[in-house]
Amino acid sequence: MEKFTVLTGAAAPLPLANVDTDKIIPARFLKTIKRSGLGVHLFDALRYDKDGKERPDFVLNQEPYRKAEILIAHENFGCGSSREHAPWALLDFGIKCVIAPDFADIFHNNCFKNGILPVRLPRAVCDQLIDDSKLGGNARVTVDLERQVVIRPNGEEIRFEIDPFRKHLLLNGLDDIGQTMQHAGALDGYEAKRQAEQPWQPTLSV
Amino acid sequence: MSASKPRTLFDKVWDAHVVERLEDGTCILFIDRHLVHEVTSPQAFEGLRMAGRKLRRPDLTIAVADHNIPTLGRAQGIKEEDSRIQVETLEKNVVEFDVPYIPILDDRQGIVHIIGPELGISLPGQTLVCGDSHTSTHGALGALAFGIGTSEVEHVMATQTLLQSPMKNMRVDVSGGLPFGTSAKDVVLAIIGKIGTAGGNGHVIEFTGDTIRGLDMAGRMTVSNMTIEAGARAGMIAPDQTTFDYVQGRDYAPKGAAWDQALAYWKSLPTDAGAVYDKSVFLTAADIAPMVTWGTNPEAVVPVTGVVPGLDGVTDEGARTQRARMLEYMGLTPGQKMTDLKVDVVFIGSCTNGRIEDLRAAAAVAKGRKVASGVRALVVPGSGLVKKQAEQEGIAQILIDSGFEWREPCCSMCLGMNPDKISAGQRCASTSNRNFEGRQGIGGRTHLVSPSMAAAAAVTGHFADVRELG
Repeated sequence: MEKFTVLTGAAAPLPLANVDTDKIIPARFLKTIKRSGLGVHLFDALRYDKDGKERPDFVLNQEPYRKAEILIAHENFGCGSSREHAPWALLDFGIKCVIAPDFADIFHNNCFKNGILPVRLPRAVCDQLIDDSKLGGNARVTVDLERQVVIRPNGEEIRFEIDPFRKHLLLNGLDDIGQTMQHAGALDGYEAKRQAEQPWQPTLSV
Repeated sequence: MSASKPRTLFDKVWDAHVVERLEDGTCILFIDRHLVHEVTSPQAFEGLRMAGRKLRRPDLTIAVADHNIPTLGRAQGIKEEDSRIQVETLEKNVVEFDVPYIPILDDRQGIVHIIGPELGISLPGQTLVCGDSHTSTHGALGALAFGIGTSEVEHVMATQTLLQSPMKNMRVDVSGGLPFGTSAKDVVLAIIGKIGTAGGNGHVIEFTGDTIRGLDMAGRMTVSNMTIEAGARAGMIAPDQTTFDYVQGRDYAPKGAAWDQALAYWKSLPTDAGAVYDKSVFLTAADIAPMVTWGTNPEAVVPVTGVVPGLDGVTDEGARTQRARMLEYMGLTPGQKMTDLKVDVVFIGSCTNGRIEDLRAAAAVAKGRKVASGVRALVVPGSGLVKKQAEQEGIAQILIDSGFEWREPCCSMCLGMNPDKISAGQRCASTSNRNFEGRQGIGGRTHLVSPSMAAAAAVTGHFADVRELG
């Protein structure tokens, strides 16, 4: 996983609430056995018409947002399914940070596993950033994870909160599994205790 | 946490599974059951392979293909190449990593959230995960069950644990007898209509109250299944005699002395008197009517006697834009009566409503009636065992005689990953869980309803109040 430290880039405004995972990546594109290559299908129904041509009115089909690295949206971003294809598609497109008033829980979790930073900021602040982003090519936003600030194009700094453990993993690009495996002793102990206290717990075989 | 402090059902199950609490409060949580399917697992197995890791506990894992297999002619194999590759990949992976697997042509095959409880794989008090958001279904048994992403699937495979911060406790209480013509689906749609699609974010919802207690296990699973549509990753219902009667005797459930030990433990799980919930919501069953969604998220729901809402009273600009887009996408005009909306397709099935009780409810309405002309009606049982039982009970024949298509079990038209899809502009009465844009096919218009309401729509050709059909 890539480290997330400081990101400066174009921010694309998507002022919609309840952007669901079917909207981010429709189910018909989940028939892949790889993580890569999903960016072209990101927001498929919003981005392309029924003949597969780009809809010029959709933000990611416009300059400078074609190369957006930050997305700003409204409430409950990422609701719906658990598909990690949603953050994979965002990342494959180039988006490494999503800013919204709040996120659906599973999507929020999935972002961290892929080096994407979800930033929770109040709706009024998101709307301010959306206004900023409409300024076009000069509207570059910086997200500094170490200092926990979003820096507006005018230089104003906005602080955001983040779970310290997740911050640590993102800053260092650390793999969760490796972290957990350092606690193998505790896990062995738990399994032994479970076996002793709940010998009735069935195991599975077909 | 001191032993004397009253705890909720969620607190008890959580506490019993904490392997280690890290400095910042994140917990390493032991997972009792990991259910695996073909869509969200290939990249996880690939990750294990690349890191040279094995499954820590294949004996607590079970795999089945359910999302994109055909509902017709499956003995001849899967025609769609990308779907076939995904299933073949699962079949190779379960051999390589020694994972118990239920093959496609086995009677026990079915939707992962139907077969978990049905085979006694899911049990009260367990932690259960799957790379699918409707894993919340299994919470109906009093398990802590939630959907995870593929990275977490890999994490569970490698360590049999997850890194999690505790969720908050939310209680949704429904009281009173269910009115005639309503079912668990109407209860959960009414709940989502009340608290909204983000109402449960960050929480586990415990469903309480005599309405919930009065539901059979199938109904409880329908309610728990759609918890995720209210934003909560997990829903839970305290295990009681209804639960124990359901679990006893199932294939993988404990037997004999082990059953008695398990039962004693499960009886200790219900929420203690005086336990505190972070948030509580109360509903009265008497206020619930047969529901139909009109928009493109499940909170956009009205009673079947209602009308399509307009923009009046919606002041927030984003919310106005969203509602206007919903109306346009769904091809609706504010003020239209729901019962005036004609349907093109009816889908009965899914992990929400694909159990035998759901098919019985649909057949009770369909019996002696015919599917309206021009309507395509599809019934997809949730599992091979449900299908077999429905055939033995004569339910399948009733539905076939009425003009319904009778199919092989899988997720099917709930998300259109297999050939069962609706076309652009088609209106579908569906017993599934999501009415998102394009969910059942590009441009398709989904209305969520209960099985009896779906059958009523099929035989009348439009949304109809099932209470008037008798």
